[in-house]
Amino acid sequence: MTLLIDILSWVCILGGVFFTVVGGIGLLRFPDFWSRLHAVSVSDSAGMLLFIFGMCLQAGFTLVTVKLILIGFFMFITGPTATHAIANAALVTGLRPPVADDLKEDDAA
Amino acid sequence: MSGVYSPLIVGFGAMSAVISVFVIHRMNVVDQDRIPLQLHPVRIVQYWLWLMGEIAKSNIAVTKAILARDMPIRQNLFKTNCSQKTELAQVIFANSITLTPGTITVETEDDHFWVHALCYSDDDPAALDDMDARVLAVETGGKA
Amino acid sequence: MMFLVGAIGLFVSMVLVLVRLYSGPTLYDRVLAGSSFGTTTVLFIGVIGFLTGRPDFLDIALLYALINFVGTIAVLKFFRYRAIGDHKWPRNQVPLDPSPQNPEDVA
Repeated sequence: MTLLIDILSWVCILGGVFFTVVGGIGLLRFPDFWSRLHAVSVSDSAGMLLFIFGMCLQAGFTLVTVKLILIGFFMFITGPTATHAIANAALVTGLRPPVADDLKEDDAA
Repeated sequence: MSGVYSPLIVGFGAMSAVISVFVIHRMNVVDQDRIPLQLHPVRIVQYWLWLMGEIAKSNIAVTKAILARDMPIRQNLFKTNCSQKTELAQVIFANSITLTPGTITVETEDDHFWVHALCYSDDDPAALDDMDARVLAVETGGKA
Repeated sequence: MMFLVGAIGLFVSMVLVLVRLYSGPTLYDRVLAGSSFGTTTVLFIGVIGFLTGRPDFLDIALLYALINFVGTIAVLKFFRYRAIGDHKWPRNQVPLDPSPQNPEDVA
């Protein structure tokens, strides 16, 4: 049983590491601001959830798990709100997203 | 939260809660409109499970786009309808769009959102309409 | 052991984000990188707490998660309105461009 939990949390932590590093790489590799928003949301959602879940499995049924679930819940709510606020502020100040070449005609913005 | 439940510590907590409620009451800053929580309890659990699956799927898609050598990104900004009535359900819908990697709600208006997509394909609006119907089912308790 | 791997991975991610924070061409790239750095920092604090066998660190992580959100919103609000507090702009004269403006000139 302990072995099973250990294996599961290894998988979760390794997955979390993978997704956060991928988010960082995407933040560096993507060419413009609007695509970087999506790279951040990878490490915000998948990386964060996997890390929290892996730590929960290691903590067991204790007060620590309650705190971890609280952290995960808050970040689950505030993460997309902050991303939306940044995107909306950029749009309001006149930063327009580039539209792919084959989609130009049906762009009404 | 600290695991210490001696009467002194709990008393301090209760005292500070009472004092802050009293100060806020004196400041008169609580706005008068109450928002009733009208969400279907079974539907929202179903919706969360479904949303987790969607997050996993789109995470894998965006990860492929990041790690691919030629970066097949095809950005677009498009409009999607939202048929929810209450503000809470609209917030759930907009946050769900932003939470799934690859799509971000950029601007919200009364009955439609502007959504920015990273790898736009022609069936993306249909997928968002599906999510819209599911949030509407959470709001009203009807069939998803 | 697994928390050591997690801490190293988070550290690599934090370095990548910091490079973008330093080199970001626009203001919003930097705000975005700062927000993402906060997210990784919260996880890093939690993992370090488990690594050193003191999960009390999670209290700090919880506080950091809340302050990170409020800080991001405050920075965005400051660059949009050039004021953090309850400054009342006239409704039709809200400055939308982030160029520096003297509030006395507008109001």
